[in-house]
Amino acid sequence: MSMSRRQRTRTVRGVQYGVLALVVAAVAFGANWGEIRRAFFDLDVAQAQFPDIITTALVNTVVYTLLGFGFGLALGLILALMRLSSVPPYRWLAIGYIEFFRGVPALLVFIALGFGVPIAFQVVINQYVTVMLALGLVGAAYMAETIRAGIQAVPKGQVEAARSLGMSQGRAMRSIVIPQAFRIVLPPLTNELILLTKDSSLVYLLGLSLGQYELAKFGRDALNENRSLTPILVAGLCYLIITLPLGHLVRRLEARTAKAR
Amino acid sequence: MTKVAGTKADEAAIRVEGLHKSFGDLEVLKGIDFTVSPGEVVCVIGPSGSGKSTLLRCVNLLEEPTAGTVALSGTELTDPDVDIDRVRRRIGMVFQSFNLFPHLSALDNLTIAQRRVLGRTKDEAKRIGRANLLRVGVSEKESAYPAQLSGGQQQRVAIARALSMDPELMLFDEPTSALDPELVGDVLAVMRRLADEGMTMMVVTHEMSFAREVADRVVFMDGGVIVEEGSPSRVIGDPQHQRTRTFLSRVLDPAAAEVTEDGEPPA
Repeated sequence: MSMSRRQRTRTVRGVQYGVLALVVAAVAFGANWGEIRRAFFDLDVAQAQFPDIITTALVNTVVYTLLGFGFGLALGLILALMRLSSVPPYRWLAIGYIEFFRGVPALLVFIALGFGVPIAFQVVINQYVTVMLALGLVGAAYMAETIRAGIQAVPKGQVEAARSLGMSQGRAMRSIVIPQAFRIVLPPLTNELILLTKDSSLVYLLGLSLGQYELAKFGRDALNENRSLTPILVAGLCYLIITLPLGHLVRRLEARTAKAR
Repeated sequence: MTKVAGTKADEAAIRVEGLHKSFGDLEVLKGIDFTVSPGEVVCVIGPSGSGKSTLLRCVNLLEEPTAGTVALSGTELTDPDVDIDRVRRRIGMVFQSFNLFPHLSALDNLTIAQRRVLGRTKDEAKRIGRANLLRVGVSEKESAYPAQLSGGQQQRVAIARALSMDPELMLFDEPTSALDPELVGDVLAVMRRLADEGMTMMVVTHEMSFAREVADRVVFMDGGVIVEEGSPSRVIGDPQHQRTRTFLSRVLDPAAAEVTEDGEPPA
């Protein structure tokens, strides 16, 4: 039995839709919708999360993320410059740092900073400082590599033009190279901000007071209180409120960069 | 003993002595001796790979010479005790690929080094920048970014950027080679006016008509050495060396590869 190409295409597509329909039907009939609705879509529970989930948890998530991002960006820039230094020990230090903090889970860094450092040194660190350090130390390792790539992507002629105007190496770096490098790495840095937003959920490890709750911790507490998964879903949607616009921004920035080339 | 590092009385704007430059095993400059007097316009011509751009880049130490000295009005640039940044601000440099700063507007391209290097105030830098944009004929584009300008406009802004530093001399590295043919004239006109105003200029170029009409002296380089130099009418019009003649015949009329008596391409 031989089929024409058109028949074969039609048959293959028919099989694909058939499988999809079967899966949907299985889920639709097999799932316990009442249970799922009660667990995930309990409107009373969902409404009870507001406004605190926005005014406290969402705000805290943003604050923690920005603290970590700001510190990580500054440290990442320093590491990137060290990585490109002509002095070998600076390069070794930067490479060692980057490899270490890219390689270990952020969770460990949080535990080390949240519990290890206070116990070992008998100090009390402000919670916001701990968050800033923990998120920033890990983020810096990733951002350093991104920024280094951006600096190296600035054409050599830019430095030559700056130097031939009498600028020192450092001045050329500050006024000419770094501003252009940041334009180049804006999309990947925004991606880094998205990752940090999610990593900020690790703050729960530090044992927070109610006013310091961020989205994940807030959702988890409400989960225990209500015996419903709805708060987790609401918290998840709140993350999307932050990350979806950022993702959209990344795509626009990338399109702009592509056009400029 | 007090002495100003590397400075001695010298009437030459540029004095190059025994200059060698190697990139790895490749020796690009094989002993160059060469001077440019104040107010002189010198065009350096030669086939690609002859070392002419490298020579130009050695004059402001964008390339570090392997051996030999480069002195600017008596200041020896190759002396390790000389602050090269202080010397470079006295030398304007124009690149083949313009190298404007793409993140800055045309006017900001002109003001940034004035402010950061010369310490001029914002207002003063803008005033001088605007005057120089006017001088090169692109003053209506002061707030445009480099990407919004044509190649010819970009190169004229680049010239204005160098001029805004009030340089003692200007170096041009094939300033029109990256331009569409119809845009070359505007840039050459600006350079010609600059020469008429008495600027000391060293120009690496393939524009033979410019060299003939504007240069006080033409230097022909090949294989990392200066083959011959002299007045344009002599070097271009009546070359003494076979290598010069071969090069000129190729440049002046690539199709016919033949030169008439006075060096004009056959009409």
